[in-house]
Amino acid sequence: MPPETVAAAPPPVEDAQASAPARRRRFPAPKITVTRVLLVVLWLGSWEAATAGWLDPFYYSRPSAIWGRLVDWFTKGTAFGSIWEQIGVTLEEAVLGFAAGSLAGIVLGVLLGRGRFIAEVCAPFIKAANAIPRIVLASLFVIWFGLGMSSKVATAVVLVFFAVFFNAFQGAREVDRTLVDNARILGAKPRQILTSIVLPSATSWILASLHVAFGFALIGAIVGEYTGADKGLGLLINHAQGTFDAAGIYAGMIIITVVALLAEWLLTLLERRLLAWRPPSSSAAADAQI
Amino acid sequence: MTKRFRSRDGAAHTATRDMSFTVRQGEFVSVVGPTGCGKSTSLSMISGLAQAGEGEVLVHGRPVTGIPDRLGYMFQQDAVLPWRTVLDNVAAGPRYRGAPKRAAREQAADWVARVGLAGFERYYPHQLSGGMRKRVALAQTLINEPSILLMDEPFGALDVQTREHMQDLLLELWSGTGAAVVFVTHDLTEAIALADTVVVMTAAPATVKDVVRVDLARPRRVEEIRLEDAFLGVYRRVWDSLREEVEITRARGARRAA
Repeated sequence: MPPETVAAAPPPVEDAQASAPARRRRFPAPKITVTRVLLVVLWLGSWEAATAGWLDPFYYSRPSAIWGRLVDWFTKGTAFGSIWEQIGVTLEEAVLGFAAGSLAGIVLGVLLGRGRFIAEVCAPFIKAANAIPRIVLASLFVIWFGLGMSSKVATAVVLVFFAVFFNAFQGAREVDRTLVDNARILGAKPRQILTSIVLPSATSWILASLHVAFGFALIGAIVGEYTGADKGLGLLINHAQGTFDAAGIYAGMIIITVVALLAEWLLTLLERRLLAWRPPSSSAAADAQI
Repeated sequence: MTKRFRSRDGAAHTATRDMSFTVRQGEFVSVVGPTGCGKSTSLSMISGLAQAGEGEVLVHGRPVTGIPDRLGYMFQQDAVLPWRTVLDNVAAGPRYRGAPKRAAREQAADWVARVGLAGFERYYPHQLSGGMRKRVALAQTLINEPSILLMDEPFGALDVQTREHMQDLLLELWSGTGAAVVFVTHDLTEAIALADTVVVMTAAPATVKDVVRVDLARPRRVEEIRLEDAFLGVYRRVWDSLREEVEITRARGARRAA
C-alpha cells in the first residue's frame, strides 16, 4: 500500500470523538445543568412570589395554579374528555398535515428545482402564494371542510408545504454540476440522476426544513382547532380563554411545547440516520445551534 | 480509431478556434497550454457534455452528438458522491448501466483493490485523503472500461509525492487497455512523463501550436524518467514552444488588471 494511504487513514469513529470536544472547549456538563435548573427555579419562584403581592393571579396566573391545572387534566380529564384524547387528536392532525405537506413540498420543490422552464413560469405565482397570510386560510377551511379533522389537516398542510417546498427547491438547484456531469458520463439516465444525485444532495436541505415544518404543522393544527373544533388542544386553549382561565392557557402551552420537543428529538434521530455520511464536524455544529 | 477535433465556440468568448488534433486508439496524448486557453472546453466537447459551436468532434469516425459510448472522464474537482461508500461509488457506473447490485459490487471490489484501496470499501469520501479520493474517482472511471479516457488536470490538487504515485498508478492501469487518453495538465513534467504525444496549445482562442512526440520507452517510472537526458530534451522543446504563449497570456492579464 502506498504511504499516503497509510498516513491518512485513522479509524473514523475514533476520529469523530477525539476531534469534536477538542475543537470547542466545553464547560463541564453538571455545571451547565445546575445553572439551568437554578434559572428555572429563580424564574418560577419570583413569579409565584410576585402573585402573592402586586401581580394579579387572575390575569397572570401562578406556577402552582398551572401545575394544579395540569394535574387536574391528567387525573380527572378536561371539559371535553380525557386529555390524552385531546393530545392524540392534535397530534394526528399535525402528523397528517406534516406528512402530506412535506411530501408535496419535496416533490414539487425538486421538480421545479430541476425544470428551469416550469420554475420560470411558476415563479410569480409561488411568490404571491407565499406572501398570502396563510394562517387566515384556517377560517376558509372550516367553512369548506367543517369542524372535523380535515380542516385542521388542511391548515397544517398549507403551512408545512411552503416551508419544505422552498428548501427542496433550493436544494435541487444547488446540486454540484460536476456530480451530475460525472454521473452522466458514467451512464446515468435522467431518472437515475434524479434519484442518485439530486435527491441525496437535496436531503440535507430538506431535512433542515422538516424541523421547522413540524412546528408549523402543530401551529396549523392548533390554530385550526382554535378557529372551530370539537376536540383538541387548540379547543382547550380557546375554551380557557373564553372562561378567563389563564392557568388553562399556560397548561395548554406547556403540553404543546413538550409535544414539539419530542417531535424535534425524533426528527434529529432521523436526520442522524440519513446523513450518516457527513463529516462529524458539521453534525457537531448542528448540535451547537439547538 | 481516429478522433479528429476541430471546433469553434464563438458565443461571448471564443475559447477555441480552428483547433484540430487526432488521437489514435491506444495513444496517450497530453495537452498543455497557458491558463484559460480552452483546454477544459475541448474536453467537454469531446465528451459530449458541451456542444461544439462550429466544426465537429469525431469519435470512432462519427460526429459527437451525445455522450459517446465507452467514454471515461476524470474531472479536476472531486466528483465522488459524498453520501456513498467507496465501494458504492465505484459500483456506480455498472449500476447505472443496469448491472445487478451484487455483480456491480463484486466488480467494484476488484477495482477498489486495483487502485490500492482494499480495506477502505466501507469508508465515506470525507474519511479519505485527497489522494485516496482520486483513487476512488479513477476506479469509478476505469470500471466502465473506457476506450477513450479524458482527464482534466485530475491530479492538480495533490501534493507532489501523491501526484507521482497517482501518475504511476494511472500508467499501470492504462497499459494494455488500448484506451486513447487525452490528459490536460499545467504541469509539463507530468505531461511528458505520461504521454506518447504532447499537444501544445496557443493562448486563447486556442489552436494547436505544436505537436511533440515523446519517444521514451514504456513501462515508465515517473520519478525516474524525468532525470533522463531524452526527457530533458523533450522538456526543453515543449517549454520553448509554450513559453511564448504563457507570456502572451500573462501580458493580457496585466493589461486587464491595469
